[in-house]
Amino acid sequence: MYEKIRFLPSGDCNLIMEFGKEINPQINNQIRKIINLLEKDRIHGLIEWIPTYRSILFTYNPSIVSFNSIIEFLQELENIKDEISFSPPLVTEIPTVYGGEYGPDLTYVAQHNGLSIEDVIAIHSGTDYLIYMLGFTPGFPYLGGMSEKIATPRLESPREKITGGSVGIAANQTGIYPIGSPGGWQLIGKTPVRLFDPQLEEPFLLKAGDYLRFVPVNIEEYTEICEKLVTGEYRVKRYPQQRDGERLG
Amino acid sequence: MNTGSRDILNKEMVNGLDKKIIIENPGMLTTVQDKGRFGFQRFGMPVAGAMDAFAMQTANVIVGNNRNEAVIEITFPGFALTFSGKGYAGITGADLGASLNGREIKPWQSFEFRTGDRLVFASLKKGSRAYLAIVGGIDVPLVMGSRSTYLRGKIGGFEGRKLLKGDILLCGKTEQYRALGTISLPEEFIPDYGKREVRVVLGPQDDCFTKEEIDKFLSSTYKVTNQNDRMGYRLEGPLIKHSMGPDIISDGIAPGAIQIPGHGQPIIMLADRQTTGGYTKLANVISVDLSLIAQLMYGDSVKFKKVSLEEAQRLYIEQEGCLLKMIKYVEDEFRKI
Repeated sequence: MYEKIRFLPSGDCNLIMEFGKEINPQINNQIRKIINLLEKDRIHGLIEWIPTYRSILFTYNPSIVSFNSIIEFLQELENIKDEISFSPPLVTEIPTVYGGEYGPDLTYVAQHNGLSIEDVIAIHSGTDYLIYMLGFTPGFPYLGGMSEKIATPRLESPREKITGGSVGIAANQTGIYPIGSPGGWQLIGKTPVRLFDPQLEEPFLLKAGDYLRFVPVNIEEYTEICEKLVTGEYRVKRYPQQRDGERLG
Repeated sequence: MNTGSRDILNKEMVNGLDKKIIIENPGMLTTVQDKGRFGFQRFGMPVAGAMDAFAMQTANVIVGNNRNEAVIEITFPGFALTFSGKGYAGITGADLGASLNGREIKPWQSFEFRTGDRLVFASLKKGSRAYLAIVGGIDVPLVMGSRSTYLRGKIGGFEGRKLLKGDILLCGKTEQYRALGTISLPEEFIPDYGKREVRVVLGPQDDCFTKEEIDKFLSSTYKVTNQNDRMGYRLEGPLIKHSMGPDIISDGIAPGAIQIPGHGQPIIMLADRQTTGGYTKLANVISVDLSLIAQLMYGDSVKFKKVSLEEAQRLYIEQEGCLLKMIKYVEDEFRKI
């Protein structure tokens, strides 16, 4: 993490607030605090923001607010943020059916790591994963915190079509495909929950700075959730993060 | 047109409803666009929206619409449609050889249409993207606050896709328009698409390149390759070397960002760009010159000129002033009619 935050112009309508040049939970926590404050109150002319592993990009209208005024505003947030107590990040439960046709590569992941299938499921579903950022495709979460014990290289030749909801592993990362797309991740399971639905008032399920946790379900439970999703009866489980999986700064 | 049907059309005109366009030939790539989908980039949702935002707004202004109504973005000639109903439409942006029932329609002007009129874009004269606005706007559902088509995500616009033969689009649902006649914009409001010098602001990762490499980028001529679409343009020219390698920890991508990946050839990120990426960004095309980029095509050459952030923002504010002046000009013209 930098001693002093950097502000960099990114064209005439965007600027980057850069906290460091590495991926770590401390930086993510700094970013989460700034964004929490922004959501309550923000300077006129600031349009939106993109949090990433190590920075926030701000989009603004330079005919309303100047580059320097935005920086002053952000520095003010930076100065007050450590004196404010924030509510803890939320954990969203992602019900996941592991293996079989839903996770065709689960056996390979187990073999590759010298583990049983049950071990892989226990390790994968035994952690709260920090959502560092969303990107790549709408709603795709970049997660941190997967155990090295289940790390597995990508497929040598990517699949042409992976359906939305597929849960996969690529090297030491895990993730969920929000929408159908090609991809080379090892598929270990599938969630019925939709990470992205443009018709909803809140189209995205997840938010950078929060956590998610995979919860194993069987095929009957999976089917039941699918049915409840159709009738609108299903609500994902969400609760404040309490575990001390990753030390926050 | 017989008088009987005209009476019916007049009634429809009063209602401000039931104007339609029927796509006869979709051309290469025709989509519904507005200014774009803002507020969801933090969830990984690209902005999309018109590639040439100035031309999109101008098209709306000359038919009396609010300037961010949905319009049709037409890429290259080939597009043809038939109107149903009566009203005004306007064309801006590229000159793609438009004609209404065989009569030439130059860009930067509006015209009146009636049921059965056929609008054809037949030849590539200048630029590559034309905008067609129709009084009252193109009536497609708002998705996450915008009517723009995001092709890769299959959302927004008309069924989340490019237009196809036989599609019927409703227009003119919005009754907040002021068109009372046709407009032909004076020269002062029309951009010079022939300009091949595009201005940039350096950064955010210009510190990943030596001064020599930055000078090389700013003094060379680059050509647009055939890998160009609404997401971005890959350029070809002198290779730009990194001081410390091409990859950075991902950060956000602004419109017009010029990425230099490992192969050393610049890529300009445009309307449908992904929200985040892990390549160094040497510079950023200034907002007012994104229109010039939007009108380039395969084989066109372009040079980059460095300007200060202050200059880029002065030009942005100046263009905003130009649009406001144009809106006033059009309203004054309508008053004369």
